[in-house]
Amino acid sequence: MPLTRAQVRHVAQLARIGLEAGDEEFYADQLSGILEHIDRLQEVPTDDIAPTAQVVEVTNPLREDVPRPGLTQEEALANAPAPVNGFFRVPSIQEEA
Amino acid sequence: MSWNVVIGMEIHVQPRTRTKMFCGCAVGQLGDPPNSNVCEICLGMPGVLPVINKAAVEACLKTALALKCEIPIHTKFDRKNYMYPDLPKGYQISQYDLPMSVNGFLEVGGRKVRIRRVHLEEDTGKLIHAGDKLNKAWESFVDLNRAGVPLMEIVSEPDIRGADEARDYAQELRTLLRTIGASEAEMEKGQLRCEPNISIRRYDSDDLGVKTELKNINSFRALHRAIEFEIKRQIQVVESGGTVVQETRGWSESEQRTFSQRSKEFAEDYRYFPEPDLPPLQLDRAWIEDLRRELPELPGSRRARLVAQYGLPVADAALIAADRDLADLFEAAAKTSGDNKRTANWVIGEVAPSGRLPSPIHLAEIVTLVGTGKITRDQGREVLAESMRDGASPAEIVATRGLSQVSDPAAVRATVEAVLADNPKAVSDYRAGRVRVIDFLAAQIIKRAPQVDRALANELLKELLR
Repeated sequence: MPLTRAQVRHVAQLARIGLEAGDEEFYADQLSGILEHIDRLQEVPTDDIAPTAQVVEVTNPLREDVPRPGLTQEEALANAPAPVNGFFRVPSIQEEA
Repeated sequence: MSWNVVIGMEIHVQPRTRTKMFCGCAVGQLGDPPNSNVCEICLGMPGVLPVINKAAVEACLKTALALKCEIPIHTKFDRKNYMYPDLPKGYQISQYDLPMSVNGFLEVGGRKVRIRRVHLEEDTGKLIHAGDKLNKAWESFVDLNRAGVPLMEIVSEPDIRGADEARDYAQELRTLLRTIGASEAEMEKGQLRCEPNISIRRYDSDDLGVKTELKNINSFRALHRAIEFEIKRQIQVVESGGTVVQETRGWSESEQRTFSQRSKEFAEDYRYFPEPDLPPLQLDRAWIEDLRRELPELPGSRRARLVAQYGLPVADAALIAADRDLADLFEAAAKTSGDNKRTANWVIGEVAPSGRLPSPIHLAEIVTLVGTGKITRDQGREVLAESMRDGASPAEIVATRGLSQVSDPAAVRATVEAVLADNPKAVSDYRAGRVRVIDFLAAQIIKRAPQVDRALANELLKELLR
């Protein structure tokens, strides 16, 4: 089933991607093609195969709970556009209604 | 109309670790300078790889075992995607469909509250909203010290029936976590955060009502009050013909009410998918069994044993079993002193509030010294304080300070008589029916002769006033 333009706009909004005129149709076509391909893969019988979340054959690489030095505050904020008193600064975020 | 209340709890607990969930940054403390416990990984810089903290996994597995959960062989981490400045990666690493454990329970006041799952994830950073409060805040400050700190999320089934039980559940869970050493679970430090979801339904119906979720709760008292408020609010909404809206509500401590909070993303659309940077975990059965063997006696069974084995009242046993150090102290001291009831009284009344721990042998000695009338109760308190301060043995302290109790009836009677002679007005007041004056006279006796045997003095006081 092809994607609707509304679905494309929703996905773009979630990914914070700006769309220009004509982009919605363009991406609806492309993404629909990808989904069709996935639908074809769904036809492969996989009942006897364990679900795979990872293809890298490494198991249980756990880290000992030992602190190591990270970045200084100055280093951490080095690329921030407008830090204040050791904080990153971002545009207004208000949650309370 | 009568309503039943249905509550499920989501509790986030910071496991006891030195470092963050996926990087070697120290977990730090409240009050650290902002952005001082951070690195490339928890700042979400490109090209970095998370690595799982073994101690966090162990704490989570121990918690799961103590809650009688099933632990599957395979578990994995997933990305929960959302855009918000408290997590610079644009996603939180959490667990979605293969959590570390499922299907447990916690017994609360004789009822089982089922546990749906216990899983691991990472905490987010802290936002401070700045600007004019009346108008819209115009900017926010971000501190990422908390970003990446390990969290266990403990999710209950909706088995809780009211504000009292919700509070008891949270407290029982805290006791359990502290007993097994999985977390300090200090609520005021944000190490234990409760998010109850609450709905009401007609008493004669099985249909679940619409639920609301409460946040910003920072004490057991606030938990209780917030739930009570929310239940009343929902009943009022429904009985006045309205409908409850599914939403997240904050608790305002200053106003003692809940208020609607707008959600982070328009519709919750987290697009979970397996974390490609973390291979799935295979939980080795031998490891699980080792952890199970390391678990100490759990608070519930210890409480029952303190009642059965030492004959303690249930309330006393609950107070003592709630703290593993106190319970260990009590058992060791009671065995030495041979006086369970008095030892329990000293542990609850004197040791617990002091926040320090005496040696069990010293405590037993004091219990015996006071119990046999060698020293007064007040002297016993002083000896305990001194013994906890510098570790000196009570016998030594009593000897060097020359403490003793005056129990000779003739001497005690002389003291009481002297006090009565000095306070003729109090005596006549008492005889005129103002019997509370006796407390004043008893205090005068202690002032005159601190070492007097109080029980004997009180007895004589009543006798001489008659």
